[in-house]
Amino acid sequence: MYTTPFDYHRAVNLDDALKMLADNPDAKLLAGGHSLIPTMKLRLASPSALIDISALDELRGIRTDGDMLILGAGVTHAELLYDKTVAEYAPLMPDMARWVGDPMVRNRGTVGGVVAHADPAADYPAGLLTLGASFKLKSAGGERVVGVDDYFKGMFETALQEGEIVTEIHIPRQAGKGAYEKFRHPASHYAIVGVAALASPEGVKVAMTGAGPKAVRLTQVEQAIGSDLSDENIKSATENAVDAGSLLSDRFASAEYRAHLAGVLAKRALMRVK
Amino acid sequence: MTQLPDSNYKAPDGPQKYIGKAVKRVEDPRFITGQGHYTDDINVHGQLHAAMLRSPYAHAKIGQIDASAALALKGVHAVLTGQDLADAKVGSIPTGWLLPDLKIPPHPAIAHGEVHYVGDIVAVVIAESRALAEDAVALIEVDLEPLDAVSLGSQALAQGAAEVHPEAPGNVAFNWEIGDAAAADELFKQADHVVSLKIRNHRLVPNAIEPRASLAQYQRSSEEFTLHTTSQNPHIHRLMLAAFVLGIPEHKLRVISPDVGGGFGSKIFQYPEEVIVLFAAKKLNRPVKWAARRSESFVSDMQGRDHESEAQLALSKDGKMLALKVDTIANMGAYLTTFAPAVPTYLYGTLLNGVYKFGAVHAKVTGVFTNTVPVDAYRGAGRPEATYLVERIVSKAASELGMDAAEIRRKNFIQPEDFPYQTPVALVYDSGNYEPALDKALGMLGYQDLLKEQAEGRKNGRYIGIGFSTYVEACGLAPSALVGQLGAQAGQWESAVVRVMPTGKIEVLTGSHSHGQGHETTFAQIAAEEFGIPMEDVVIVHGDTGKMPFGWGTYGSRSAAVGGSALKMALGRIKDKATKIAAHLLEAAPEDIEVADGQFKVKGVPEGGKSFFDVALMAHLAHNLPEGMEPGLEAQYMYDPKNFVYPFGTHIAVVELDADTGHVKMIKYVCVDDCGPLINPLVVEGQVHGGIAQGFGQAILEETVYDEEGNMLTGSFMEYSMPRAEDLPMFEIDHTVTPSPHNPLGVKGIGESGTIASTAAVANAVNDALRAFGHHHVDMPFTPEKVWRAMKGGVQDLGQAADD
Repeated sequence: MYTTPFDYHRAVNLDDALKMLADNPDAKLLAGGHSLIPTMKLRLASPSALIDISALDELRGIRTDGDMLILGAGVTHAELLYDKTVAEYAPLMPDMARWVGDPMVRNRGTVGGVVAHADPAADYPAGLLTLGASFKLKSAGGERVVGVDDYFKGMFETALQEGEIVTEIHIPRQAGKGAYEKFRHPASHYAIVGVAALASPEGVKVAMTGAGPKAVRLTQVEQAIGSDLSDENIKSATENAVDAGSLLSDRFASAEYRAHLAGVLAKRALMRVK
Repeated sequence: MTQLPDSNYKAPDGPQKYIGKAVKRVEDPRFITGQGHYTDDINVHGQLHAAMLRSPYAHAKIGQIDASAALALKGVHAVLTGQDLADAKVGSIPTGWLLPDLKIPPHPAIAHGEVHYVGDIVAVVIAESRALAEDAVALIEVDLEPLDAVSLGSQALAQGAAEVHPEAPGNVAFNWEIGDAAAADELFKQADHVVSLKIRNHRLVPNAIEPRASLAQYQRSSEEFTLHTTSQNPHIHRLMLAAFVLGIPEHKLRVISPDVGGGFGSKIFQYPEEVIVLFAAKKLNRPVKWAARRSESFVSDMQGRDHESEAQLALSKDGKMLALKVDTIANMGAYLTTFAPAVPTYLYGTLLNGVYKFGAVHAKVTGVFTNTVPVDAYRGAGRPEATYLVERIVSKAASELGMDAAEIRRKNFIQPEDFPYQTPVALVYDSGNYEPALDKALGMLGYQDLLKEQAEGRKNGRYIGIGFSTYVEACGLAPSALVGQLGAQAGQWESAVVRVMPTGKIEVLTGSHSHGQGHETTFAQIAAEEFGIPMEDVVIVHGDTGKMPFGWGTYGSRSAAVGGSALKMALGRIKDKATKIAAHLLEAAPEDIEVADGQFKVKGVPEGGKSFFDVALMAHLAHNLPEGMEPGLEAQYMYDPKNFVYPFGTHIAVVELDADTGHVKMIKYVCVDDCGPLINPLVVEGQVHGGIAQGFGQAILEETVYDEEGNMLTGSFMEYSMPRAEDLPMFEIDHTVTPSPHNPLGVKGIGESGTIASTAAVANAVNDALRAFGHHHVDMPFTPEKVWRAMKGGVQDLGQAADD
C-alpha cells in the first residue's frame, strides 16, 4: 500500500474517540487529513491506527459566549472564511484562512487540526497569538483550557498530552483592526514567513509564523511601535527588526532573508491596521 | 522508382470552410467530463500489479537481495531482479541516436551490479494488488554499498570525480562540435566589443498531469503481446522493445497508447517499466500493470535541460553581431535514453544562430554522465537551451553597449530576401520575415510608452523590466536521409491512411499521436476541408500499432507539419480517385469535375452532381466504375519532409520586481508567432498559452536540485514549484503568416514555440529590471531571495555562480 498498514476507527462521539485514543497510544486522529495523509503516503508517519473524528458533531459549530468566539475544532478553513459570526467577532481569522491551501484544502482542513499539528509554517498561530486565543483540550480523564502563549512549544510540539484532543478554540472578541500578511513558498504555498498584526485599545500586537520553529510574538516590534502607528514609526520599527539568529534556513530562504521578510510583512500588516 | 507527387505549398484558391477556423476541440467534452480513457483506467481480467523498489542511493553496488519476506506474503507472485533479466538475455534499453565515439553504457531495465541514480530500479514485486505489491517492496532487503556519486556536469568532468560508468572514462559520453572555429576566431579578432556570458540552464522535471503507466498482456496461444502504455509514439516503442530489448517478433507486439494526459517529451522514451511488465506478463502468464506514483515520476521520468555554458559574442561598435562561440557541458544523467544524444547537439548547436546574420558560429558540447535521472527531450528539446543562450547574450550585449534591446535585434535580423537561408551551423531556414513580427509585438505592447513608464518608475522605486525573445526554432524534423546521416536510428517521415467507408464516413489513421495537441480536431478539419463534408463524418484514429501499422509519433512539433502533410497527400490520392469515379458517373472528363461542400459537379453545371456519399458508395459497390479501376476508396501516404520547418516570432515579457521581497510578478506578456497558416487558431492559442506558462515556469519557479551526493532535493510538489494560473497575466497573442514553402499545408509547428521563446523573454525582463541595480546578468531561476540579494547588491558576480 501507499502507506504502511494501519487500522481505521470511526469514532461515533467524542467519548468514543477519547476512549479509542487512550486504548491506542500509537494512533493518530484524523480530521481533515491534509497534513497527516501526505505524511503517511511518504511513510514519514506510520501510525498504528487512525481514529476518524471528522464526523463528530461535538467538534463542529461556531458559537459565541459573551465576548468569546468559540470554534469547534472541526470547523473547516472554508467555514472560517465565510462565516458571519467569525467575520464579526474575529475578522483576522478569515484574513488568515484565505491564505490556507486552495479551495479543496480549505473545504477539508480544520482549525483544530492546525492547532494540534503545530506546523511551524501554519498560518493561524500568528493570528491566534495576537488575538490571545486559548484551546480546550479534552482527555478521557477530564478537560483543561490552555492559553496560546503556553500552548505552542516548538516545531510540531504543543501542550497537548497523550490522550488529549483539541475540542475548541476560544477567541476573545477582536477589539480593533487585524491583518495577516504572508510570503508563500511558491511550491507548497506554506508560509515562508507570515505576520499578523492587531491594533486594539490595549496596544499593538505582532506575531510571526513560518520563519522559526514555532510562531512567536515580535515583542521588539510591538515595543518599538508602542501606540504610534504613523508611517514613519511603522517603517523604523520594522526595518531590520527581526534577528535572523533563531530562524530557519533552507534552500529556498535563508534565515537572513526570512528575518528581512518578517520586517517587510510586519510593516505591511501594520500599515493595514493603523 | 515512382515519382513522388508535388508536395510543395500552394495557397488555397478561395475561402476555406474548416482550415483556419477556431473550431472547438472535439476531444474536450470527453476530457472535461472525466470520460477520458487513460492507460491506468484499463483493467483486464486476471491482472497483476507491479511495484518498483527504487534505489535510495545515487550510486551503489548491489549486494545480496533477500526477497523471502516479500515472497512469503500471500498474493505475491514474483520478485524480479536484474539477474532475472540478465538470465533471460533481456537487452539493454537502447539509445536511438548515435554520435561519433558515443559511449553507451549498458542500461538494464532492472539495475544489475550497480545502481546509478536515485530512482534506478533494484527489484520488482508482482502481486495481486498494487497495495500488496507496494507492501512487499518494503519487505525486500537489499545490501546496497554506497559509492561516490556526482550530480553536476562540470563536477563530473573534474579530476578525481566519481566515475559513473567504467565504459565512459572521465564521465564523457561524447564530444561534439559544429561550425567553423577558425572563421569565428578571425571575426573575434575584428570585433570592437566582446560580450561574455556564463550561464546555467537548470534541470526540469516534465510533470505531465498523467503519471506514466503500462499494462502488458500476453496471449500464450498465439504468443502475442499487447502493451497499453503512456506513449507519444507507440510505433517507436514497438520497434525498440521488439528489435532491441525483448526480442519479440515485431508482428506479435501491439502497442496501444490510449488517451495520454500530457507528455512534453517525457513519454517519447522507452522506459524500464515497459520492459518489466512485458517480461513479467509472459513469465507469469498474467496481465501485469504498473502505474507511477507522483513521487516515482519525479525520480523516473526523463528530465530536461541541465546545461552549463560559456559563450562569447563578437560585435562591431555599431552593434552588428559578427560571431558567436559557445562551450556547453550537457548533463546527460546516468544513462543515454532514446533521443538523449540528439538534444544537446543537433537540436541545440544548430539553433545557436538564432534569427541573426552571423559571419560564424562555433559550438562545442561535452555530454557528461552523472548520477542523476537521465536527461532527454523536454518540450523544446535543445531549442529552448539555444534560445535562452542566444537571446540572453544578445540582450546582455544591448545592456553593455547601451543599445535598445529591440533595435539590436532588428539590426541583425536575417532579411526576408535571404531565404532560404544557410546558417553557419548546418541548417537551411525555409522561410521567414522577422521584422513584421517584432513590429507587431512592439505595437501591441505600446513599447515607447512602456519605456517611459519604466524610466518614471525607476525614479520612484518601481522596477519594471522588459524582456525580448526574437526566436526561431527548427521542428517537424526532417528528411529521413538527413537525420540518418546525423545519427538517428529512426526514420522521420509520417504516414496517414484515409479510409472512406461506403457511407462516405472517413476514418483517418495517423502515425502521429495526440497527448493534448488536439489531433482529433485539427486532422478532422484537414480531412473535412478536402471534400467540404461535415467534420463529424471524419474520425481520427491514432495511438494503436494494431490499427495503424506505421508511423513515428509526435515530438518536436511534427504533428501538423509532417503528420498533417501526410494526411493532406493521402487525401489528394482519395480526391483523385473519387474525382475519376464522379467523372465516370457524370459522363464528364475528370479535369472538368470540381468538388465543394461534399458535392462533385461538372464545372459550370450547378445542378445534377454526385455527392461524396454517392461516390464512396459506388467505389465500394463497384457496380459502375471506370474501366480497370480497383474497387474501394482508401489511400496511404508516407510523407518524408524535405526540410525542417522554422517557426519564429517575437515574445516580450514585462515583469515588476517587488523591491521589498524580490518577488517577480509578470505583469504583461505579448507575443507574435509565425507558424505559417493556422489550421485552428484556438488550438494554436492553447499551445502558445501552455508553452509560455511552461517557459515562465523555468525562468521563475521550477528547478530540479540535486545535492552533491545525487539526492534530489525537489522530489515533490511541496518543493518543486509549477506555474499556477495566478502567477500569470492574460497573454496577448497574435500572429504573422509566412508559409513554409516545402510542405503541402505550408504549416510550421507551434507546440513548442511558447516554451522555446518565453524562458528567454522572462529572463531578459528580470535582467532588464535588475539593470537598475548595476547588473548585466543574473542567472535564472529568479527565486525571490536571489532577486532580493541582487537588488541589495550583496552577492558578488551572480551570473558567474552555478546555481547550487
